[in-house]
Amino acid sequence: MKTFEKILLTNMERPEYTGSLADYEGTGGYKALKTVLGKTPPNDLIEMVKKSGLRGRGGAGFPTGVKWGFIPKDHPGPKYLCCNADESEPGTFKDRQLMERDPHQILEGIAISCYAIGAQTAYIYIRGEFRLAAKILERAIAEAYRAGHLGADIHGSGVTVNVSVHAGAGAYICGEETALLESLEGKRGKPRTKPPFPATHGLYQKPTVVNNVETLANVPHIVNRGADWFASIGVPPKSTGTRVFCLSGHVKRPGNYELPVNATFRDLIFELGGGMRSDKPLKAFIPGGASAPFLTPDHVDVQMDFESVAMAGSMSGSGGITVMEEGTSMVWAALRLMEFFYHESCGKCTPCREGSSWIVQILQRIMNKQGRPDDLRTLTEICENIGGRTVCAFGDAEIAPVQSTLKYWRNEYEALIEEAEALKGSRKEIPVLSLA
Amino acid sequence: MIFHKHQATVNDILSRYPVKRSAMLPLLNLAQKEEGYVSQAAIREIAGILDLTPPQVFETATFYTMLNLKPIGKFHVQVCRSLMCALVGADPLVDWLRKHLGIGLGQTTEDKMFTLSTVECLGSCGTGPMMQINDDYYERLTEDKVGRILKDLRETGDCSLKSGPFLVPERGEGVVSL
Ligand SMILES: Cc1cc2nc3c(=O)[nH]c(=O)nc-3n(C[C@H](O)[C@H](O)[C@H](O)COP(=O)(O)O)c2cc1C
Ligand code: SF4
Ligand code: FES
Repeated sequence: MKTFEKILLTNMERPEYTGSLADYEGTGGYKALKTVLGKTPPNDLIEMVKKSGLRGRGGAGFPTGVKWGFIPKDHPGPKYLCCNADESEPGTFKDRQLMERDPHQILEGIAISCYAIGAQTAYIYIRGEFRLAAKILERAIAEAYRAGHLGADIHGSGVTVNVSVHAGAGAYICGEETALLESLEGKRGKPRTKPPFPATHGLYQKPTVVNNVETLANVPHIVNRGADWFASIGVPPKSTGTRVFCLSGHVKRPGNYELPVNATFRDLIFELGGGMRSDKPLKAFIPGGASAPFLTPDHVDVQMDFESVAMAGSMSGSGGITVMEEGTSMVWAALRLMEFFYHESCGKCTPCREGSSWIVQILQRIMNKQGRPDDLRTLTEICENIGGRTVCAFGDAEIAPVQSTLKYWRNEYEALIEEAEALKGSRKEIPVLSLA
Repeated sequence: MIFHKHQATVNDILSRYPVKRSAMLPLLNLAQKEEGYVSQAAIREIAGILDLTPPQVFETATFYTMLNLKPIGKFHVQVCRSLMCALVGADPLVDWLRKHLGIGLGQTTEDKMFTLSTVECLGSCGTGPMMQINDDYYERLTEDKVGRILKDLRETGDCSLKSGPFLVPERGEGVVSL
């Protein structure tokens, strides 16, 4: 038996811990901030984060230190940090817990990161539905200002960092970093074409870093305990540290579990999650949020780090693992996810906007036993015409459920279409569901 | 004048951004909090504050699903229908709510108390089925529980079953053993 130390959830899992400033400071909180601000050269901090191997926890897994390094150092005007707290990827609910239970851990990470990239202003872009988390963050920000951890001339260092919470109003796409920036500028949340990248042309066309909540929460710990310590956890040098994995679906104990990234899906689903909720065996799982291709029981011994999941043909994305038991219709599951993507497409590019509606209509008719023999070919073609042909990564994400279920459970699609053929003429046509 | 009595809040919001237009969503959210929906009057006022035209504000507002551009019931019951909640029983719950309230999706009860909607993932997938009513989340729902929530809201305007700060599973020991 091996024992792992948690990094991000240690405090909040202690019964007496409330997440107040006093509690956070009582466990060494804001020590990292005081150690580095005005003392460690910002560039050394960037190098430290590079060396730690920390990669973005928002979905794309981009190396955080490298992203910070893209910010032009000699830029005269303002620079910005945006903390991405939009958390809308189905299957993901870790940032909510981090914000509601230990807000200062995130604020300290934000303040240090601002100092590292030379930003004086940070916005926490939080999804509008997270009212409680926003309230808790706002309270924590007020506490931090009063204690001098935020604001002008923090602890006499001469460094200024202002933080505010900016609530969205319902739109999954605003989690995509450039859509987030558009939304923060008060516009419709439509992704921008890249390049230019936010590092040079971000918020108000100024150099900007967008980082996920969990990514930023790791920063104080790296400062306190060193890049080498962080880099020794997981699969150095490429995938390091822990992740808060979100477990949902047909398991006994769903929830947030922090594990080193080299733990396996078996560890998560069967050890921590207690296994399947009933006596039905595992049929399928999604390894990294709704945008990640489905995997099968053959993949439960795969490690959850970015590379291993990619090798298995999927992605560890946002860290949301959804488990499905035997008896779950994979066509139905793909349809349900596709309805999400259809609902959330921002409409900017034709393949995504039109393609998502076509896929939903075809999947609906297959589920309604009105599928046609050439439907699977059409589905495949539509997916191929979306993938890689859109402004943002949403396009590649939305085809994942369809392509992967077609790959592993094609027989389920075929059976439904065969049933439709057999029923042909023997009953009145059922109208295809409307796209409400 | 919706924002008149909130002048301090409006000024505080505006002070956070170097560019006025960034106050768009905060002001739209504030308007909805105040009136239950975003009225045409609110849109005109926001346009005035931000030096924009009303259509510019309206055009932006239509992008965001949380903004109601028409009046709705006092309590907006929004049930998550995305896959993870559907796997653990969201659909039967929606059916139950429809019957119990006697309305369809997008409709409001005659007494203007409840509007029923389905929404996409609300970030509580491990504790489904779940719903949001106005500012609050309600999780691990059963028919009995939802019945009590609606009753409490109807009678007292509040319900103690709403979620507090999220922590699931409840307590670990700071370490994991495998
Ligand atoms: C459609 C779409 C939705 C996204 N949603 C989120 C989100 O809700 N939260 C998040 O942190 N990143 C999200 N991302 C990833 C962001 O674009 C960006 O990569 C991330 O916030 C960068 O932070 P990180 O490097 O710390 O992960 C999304 C990306 C796409 C394409
Ligand atoms: S891929 Fe879809 S979500 Fe992304 S910009 Fe294009 S239409 Fe919008
Ligand atoms: S799927 Fe319902 S909250 Fe995420």
